[in-house]
Amino acid sequence: MATYTMKEAKPAPSANKGVVFWLRENLFSDVKNSLLTLFGLYILYALIPPLLNWAIFDATWSGTKAELPSDGGARWIFIVEKFDQFIYGFYPESLHWRPNLVAFLSVALLVSLKLLKNNKVKIGLIIAFPFVCFVLISGGWFGLEVVETEKWGGLMLTILVAAVGIIASFPIGIVLALGRQSDMPVLRNLCIGFIEFVRGVPLITILFMASVMLPLFFQDGIEFNKLLRALIGITLFQAAYIAEVVRGGLQAIPKGQYEASEALGLSYWQGMILIILPQVLKISIPNLVGSFISLFKDTTLVLIIGLFDILAMVTLTNSDTNWLGFETEGYVFVTLIYWVCCFSMSQYSKAIERKFNTEH
Amino acid sequence: MSEQEFMISMKDVNKWYGDFHVLKDVNLNIKKGEKVVICGPSGSGKSTTIRCLNHLEKFQEGSININGTELIEDVKVVRHIRSQVGMVFQHFNLFPHLSVLENLLIAPTWVHKKPRKEAIETAMYFLERVKIADQAHKYPNQLSGGQQQRVAIARCLCINPEIMLFDEPTSALDPEMVSEVLDVMVELADEGITMICVTHEMGFAKKVADRVIFMDAGQVIEENEPNEFFDNPQSDRLKLFLDQILSH
Repeated sequence: MATYTMKEAKPAPSANKGVVFWLRENLFSDVKNSLLTLFGLYILYALIPPLLNWAIFDATWSGTKAELPSDGGARWIFIVEKFDQFIYGFYPESLHWRPNLVAFLSVALLVSLKLLKNNKVKIGLIIAFPFVCFVLISGGWFGLEVVETEKWGGLMLTILVAAVGIIASFPIGIVLALGRQSDMPVLRNLCIGFIEFVRGVPLITILFMASVMLPLFFQDGIEFNKLLRALIGITLFQAAYIAEVVRGGLQAIPKGQYEASEALGLSYWQGMILIILPQVLKISIPNLVGSFISLFKDTTLVLIIGLFDILAMVTLTNSDTNWLGFETEGYVFVTLIYWVCCFSMSQYSKAIERKFNTEH
Repeated sequence: MSEQEFMISMKDVNKWYGDFHVLKDVNLNIKKGEKVVICGPSGSGKSTTIRCLNHLEKFQEGSININGTELIEDVKVVRHIRSQVGMVFQHFNLFPHLSVLENLLIAPTWVHKKPRKEAIETAMYFLERVKIADQAHKYPNQLSGGQQQRVAIARCLCINPEIMLFDEPTSALDPEMVSEVLDVMVELADEGITMICVTHEMGFAKKVADRVIFMDAGQVIEENEPNEFFDNPQSDRLKLFLDQILSH
């Protein structure tokens, strides 16, 4: 027989730390790795300096069209000149404060949701918010001048279409996913039929159908707004994808969670809302946000049915005879805007994931 | 003894999974305050039996009466029965997105419509009882298995149940945590709550059970008071079973 004494924990050996160690371990560990590192560095060297020269050092920010140099750098003056059109479309200039106020209110809402404690106030704010936004943008109440949807455009329209699509499709998608798992065959097959039909058709087709076919069903006098039709089409399209993401989440929840909530006497909806869906949504965040990001980018397709989102505005301003030949600047600008929006969404989703992580 | 005086009474209950006959004419009468342990080899239908009692499983033939209510396929009846029956699962089934305390508040506030403040007091009382009050604000995954199971027991107690069902409550635990859970269960038994426990913890059965039931192949094979059950088994199958679980 033998007995042993307990040992103290020792610090890790220090030779395994430091910048040089990291470089050697990760970038130059062997010949192949070193060559790849050098190749990567060369690519960066070939791309970055010319890009910086074009975008920043040789760029022109001011002046008039006539005195612009024709060689070298980016002529951002085009963006500066046309900025309002990119952002607001044809929205009357004197009323730009209204979309601005909506943007400010959106930020204020997000901040107040974080700070407020009372759930009833929060829900009230969330419900009131879309109406306030609609009244502000569209006008017609409280002495606000009416702005027809034909005049809405630019980034404002892009964000509006994406936001409505995301927010409205979310509950519909959840209900579809639950319906798809229902015990009732009629309901289940309806949901499956809808989801599979929509997923088998490109968004562009749905938009065409929404703009061309929907009016056929409502011939008698009901004039459906073009934007509204696009919003309905996009919402239904997105709902089918949300439904599939949520279904994936539902299948990942252990059966024991359903049993425990049933055994405690919770009703179906109580169990879903209090127990199952919070867990489903938590594990579905990456996929949901992925789906939202692709919706945000897909909104450019509304250009097909004659709505002018930011990309359409850039194309349009490029055909302005006073400002020909500024495609590069315009499209780089749009690319940057899209990237900023999508990257923010992705970062926001990571933050939410961290917040909801209850593992440790 | 008339039917009303039984807390639980199962009459000729039959259940099939597809063509497979899982429960064959199960009859079970349990008085208020009685402690019953059910044991048997795996697949013998013991879990299915107690899961029928709160309608987690449907049965096709026979009848079940819980505390004077006939168990029928009706949402209200089922919820009424579930509100009097607590169930502890093998895998705890705590809600991982809610803190320990919130796990205990769900049923009292949403099913029994108690004011939140009162529910918190009750919850803390039971957490105290299972000696885990200091972990109230942690999340289930931050606790050990034994602690989680004790929280699960407290979660059931918060609805003030007439009956507690235990479905192999210690089978998923590391060996050193079994006793902390069994201690809580023994304490509960001493208080006179009606208990049905599916378990292989024979020490526990000897200590608390009024009756031990042996099931095999979907039938009740033998039932007896614990001393007779273990010392003087009648059927060959029970003898074999006891041999297998007690021989090492």
